[in-house]
Amino acid sequence: MSGIEYRPFARTLPPGRARALPWATVIGGSAVTAWPAVASIPLMPPFGLLMLLTWRLLAPFALRPWAAAPLGLIDDLVSGQPLGSAGLLWSLCFLGIDLIEQRLGMRDFWQDWTIATGAIAATLLAGRLFAVPVGMVVDGAALAQIAIAVALFPASARFVAWLDRKRGQPQ
Amino acid sequence: MVFLSYVLAVAGALLGVALLVISRFDPPLFAGLRMAAASITAPVSTGAAAVGRGIWSIPEAVSTHFFVRQENVQLRQAVKRNEALVLRARSIAYENRRLRTLLALRDREARTVVAARLVSSTASSGRRFALLDAGRFQGVRPGMPVRGPLGLIGRVVETGPAVARVLLLSDPNSIVPVRRARDGLPAIAVGRGDGRVDLRSVTLANARFSVGDLFVTTGTGGIYPPNVPVARVQVAGADSVAAEPLAPADTLDVALVLAPFLPVPPPSRPEVPPIGGGTTP
Repeated sequence: MSGIEYRPFARTLPPGRARALPWATVIGGSAVTAWPAVASIPLMPPFGLLMLLTWRLLAPFALRPWAAAPLGLIDDLVSGQPLGSAGLLWSLCFLGIDLIEQRLGMRDFWQDWTIATGAIAATLLAGRLFAVPVGMVVDGAALAQIAIAVALFPASARFVAWLDRKRGQPQ
Repeated sequence: MVFLSYVLAVAGALLGVALLVISRFDPPLFAGLRMAAASITAPVSTGAAAVGRGIWSIPEAVSTHFFVRQENVQLRQAVKRNEALVLRARSIAYENRRLRTLLALRDREARTVVAARLVSSTASSGRRFALLDAGRFQGVRPGMPVRGPLGLIGRVVETGPAVARVLLLSDPNSIVPVRRARDGLPAIAVGRGDGRVDLRSVTLANARFSVGDLFVTTGTGGIYPPNVPVARVQVAGADSVAAEPLAPADTLDVALVLAPFLPVPPPSRPEVPPIGGGTTP
């Protein structure tokens, strides 16, 4: 990623694969939990959610509004959360971002980051509310996990922007 | 078209709500779906964990090479010191055996079903589950306790063909009945979700816990075999203290799946006559 990156006549992906690419990256993000380590403290950021939010904020037409529910259900299968948790929360994130988008015509990166921060914090805390006893919903580990996920958003934005440029515009 | 996709999005959210409500009852279909997904991810984790162990063994081998002489001297001294102790322990063990026969006590041995490895965990969720790379084909069934070489790790909650999901001790929904090794003070070990467990006294008010107290399983409830080390107290306190589990749940060491200590009897057939007056086969 150096030098002149904008190449308007570079060959783009065929439309089918261009549409599948955002789905594949979100599912790949969810599957990072297969990383071979048994964590004693849940600090791993939710990479699936991070990918989903980045695609939604940077390339609004990459994922359809209904895509959040099936992607969330796939995430539930591998994340250990009760089934339906991410299916619900990810859909709500999409609908919430749509509401914000109607009011804000143009957004800059800082606003994207703020929206992502809110969405990540709300999703992780609500997810813990579904999964663990109430006394443990907001603790140090949850806040640290949110902070790590929020701090990774610029990197994820960079990655998605690079993929989106490779992908080209589906016809 | 746009309207339809929003209808679908809201329908997706409602589907999530419905599934969450159904999840409360933990239907076997959901376990099956999760195990199907785990059957795909677990082989990848197993391979990657093997590579990780291979890399980790290099510094270990180097340090072993350099410290082995010094360790040898120390071990010789320890053997000499322990000789007298071993002799005494032998005579005590013999006496114990004799007394037990007198009492006609029947001991149940904890039978090992399979030795496997934990390959990955739910590192992004508040629940503490780990995946084990052995399943129904190896004889693993839900409810079986899992221990490491040093102590208890947790118990199996869902099984797939070659993969099983283990509820770790530190999960907030895990409760293990334990007693103090020193004097038998009864307590329960409840997971805290941060890799540690809470030890709560169950009988005496104002029970004192001191640093280093070792707690082992009691065998109550029939799942966990008795006298498996569980946790060691970290901070002195009364009634409820944090403790560190003895067996670190990681991918470097083996995990032994044990047969349930006293298996639950199969549910008896209900004695209710069928509706409509049909005959039972």
